[in-house]
Amino acid sequence: MAKVLDDAAKAAQGKATKRALTGNEAVALAMRQINPDVVAAYPITPATEIVQIFSTYVADGLVNTEFVAVESEHSAMSATLGASAAGARAMTGTSSQGLALMWEMLYICAGLRLPVVMPVVNRALSAPINIHGDHSDTMGARDAGWIQIFSENSQEAYDNLIQAIRIAEHPEILLPTMVTMDGFIISHAMEVVEIQSDEDVRKFLGTYKPERTVLDIDRPITMGGLDFTDYYFEHRRSIAEPMINAKQYILEVAAEFEQKFGRKYGLFEEYKMEDADYAIVVLGSTAGTAKIAVDELRAQGVKAGMLKIRVFRPFPYEEIAEAIAKCKAVAVMDRSDGLAGRGGPVFGEVRNAICDMEKKPITVDYVYGLGGRDIDVEMIKSVYSDLQRIAATGDKALVTYLGVRD
Amino acid sequence: MVSGIGCSSRAPGYVDFNTLHTTHGRALPFATGIKLAKPEMTVIVVTGDGDATAIGGNHLIHAARRNLDLTVVLFNNSTYGMTSGQYSPTTPTGAFGTTAPYGNAEQPFDICNLAEAAGATYVARGTTYHAKVLPNLIEKAISNKGFSLVETITQCPIYFGRMNKIGNSVEMMKWQKEHAVTKKQAETMSPEELADKFIIGELCHKTKPDYCELYDRIIEKAQASIK
Repeated sequence: MAKVLDDAAKAAQGKATKRALTGNEAVALAMRQINPDVVAAYPITPATEIVQIFSTYVADGLVNTEFVAVESEHSAMSATLGASAAGARAMTGTSSQGLALMWEMLYICAGLRLPVVMPVVNRALSAPINIHGDHSDTMGARDAGWIQIFSENSQEAYDNLIQAIRIAEHPEILLPTMVTMDGFIISHAMEVVEIQSDEDVRKFLGTYKPERTVLDIDRPITMGGLDFTDYYFEHRRSIAEPMINAKQYILEVAAEFEQKFGRKYGLFEEYKMEDADYAIVVLGSTAGTAKIAVDELRAQGVKAGMLKIRVFRPFPYEEIAEAIAKCKAVAVMDRSDGLAGRGGPVFGEVRNAICDMEKKPITVDYVYGLGGRDIDVEMIKSVYSDLQRIAATGDKALVTYLGVRD
Repeated sequence: MVSGIGCSSRAPGYVDFNTLHTTHGRALPFATGIKLAKPEMTVIVVTGDGDATAIGGNHLIHAARRNLDLTVVLFNNSTYGMTSGQYSPTTPTGAFGTTAPYGNAEQPFDICNLAEAAGATYVARGTTYHAKVLPNLIEKAISNKGFSLVETITQCPIYFGRMNKIGNSVEMMKWQKEHAVTKKQAETMSPEELADKFIIGELCHKTKPDYCELYDRIIEKAQASIK
């Protein structure tokens, strides 16, 4: 592992280069190029490697980062947001229970408008204990005021993390941002990743110059002070505004990224959606598998399409509604169960998005892959065949658990 | 038996007890709830150095302070073994970890001193090498009515042993044999001779009312005033 990373690190000194990296390695490498001022972290499977590899960069003097191996994720996020409040570009990384333990600070981070950036390796939540990939952890944090960006593969995780710095620090946004990838499926699987040179990445990122920070003795400020019925509401409302506006700036950053590095990103990716009658909406690594299913069905003459959500927070309601408007039937794939009594959280958002449309597609939900349960091409094709039947007969199950034993 | 997260905390899967496998660092608060709900039950907590002294360090000192009648068997392998060898609060200064490739800058806890200072009424240290002594220490810890802690020096050949060039499991147990001294032996040794040694056996055994007993007294007092 160290050898591969050394090679990749050396290669990245010059121009863009391609290397075989795992998701964790690609993200650690992006962190090296970002060169944050402070990283505070605590180990948790399957995200441990990210900060562990990063700690070797610190030890080898490849970054200027102050690295703190704290005693819990609660402390990791506390130290990270403290550093950010003092004006540092601060990062951490975690997964599952670690993210759950950070919950208290996630809200504080957003409330203080601190642009902390954090890779999150998606993993199931206890109980029972499970270390494999599903989206329960990140979905639990969806209302915390963080921008959430999902990645299909290592390349996207690398690209998204670099863009996340610009998004979080955008003066019109200033919200913490998490970039996710699926545990093990992406974090531990090796694939070819194109790495930009350190110089180009740093030029793209620029330096972080916060307008106000604590420890500024000439202009002292209070952060997070007591705010009762008098001003709390106004302050919380002021967080909603940048979240609503963030979409346009996320697209601006993506456009600049594409212009510099050639890879295109939007709020979501449409795969063969132009004339699709039957579509599925997915997040993360399943999109790769779904593309194969779409290709196979297209070869058989089925008008199948796929929409992969990249930006889950803020949720692109109007844009997704427009993208699926002409479909006959749409299946939302939820890799977490909202336990709300009506499917997973992505389903709720998609239904919300199309709610006011006069003519809308039939929508159904598939909860799948909990605790890392496999999802394969055949299973996804079975969803499309359900959609064809539903569109023809109108006979549907609103929520289906896909791939579970009775 | 209650456990947290880490290699140590897999133990409830290997015993035929009523067991609860919980979250990282929180085995003691879960066990506290169990003990308060059913004071007549014997509650054993299996935990590790990372679980009990880092993420759960706060719970350890407060359970000891309350002298809650629990027995903690703490597997100390000086590293976060399950997540591949990051340095922990018991990694010796200068020792190597995956997050300390040039040696650990921090100072380690002496877990037994910590537990005693926090209020534990039974504290002992054993090793996996001294396998005949360990059950006696655990048995005594369980019979003590109050907070008991048995620190057990264990080997992690995969990470700690390999990174610190101590060797395989057998070599690591040999290391335990060569570096462990009894309290009696320690009394006759100079500080220089003791520098790289650790003391095994019973280190503290006091009699103090345990938390449930004190709690019962309060209930009795409060109810007497109602009558």
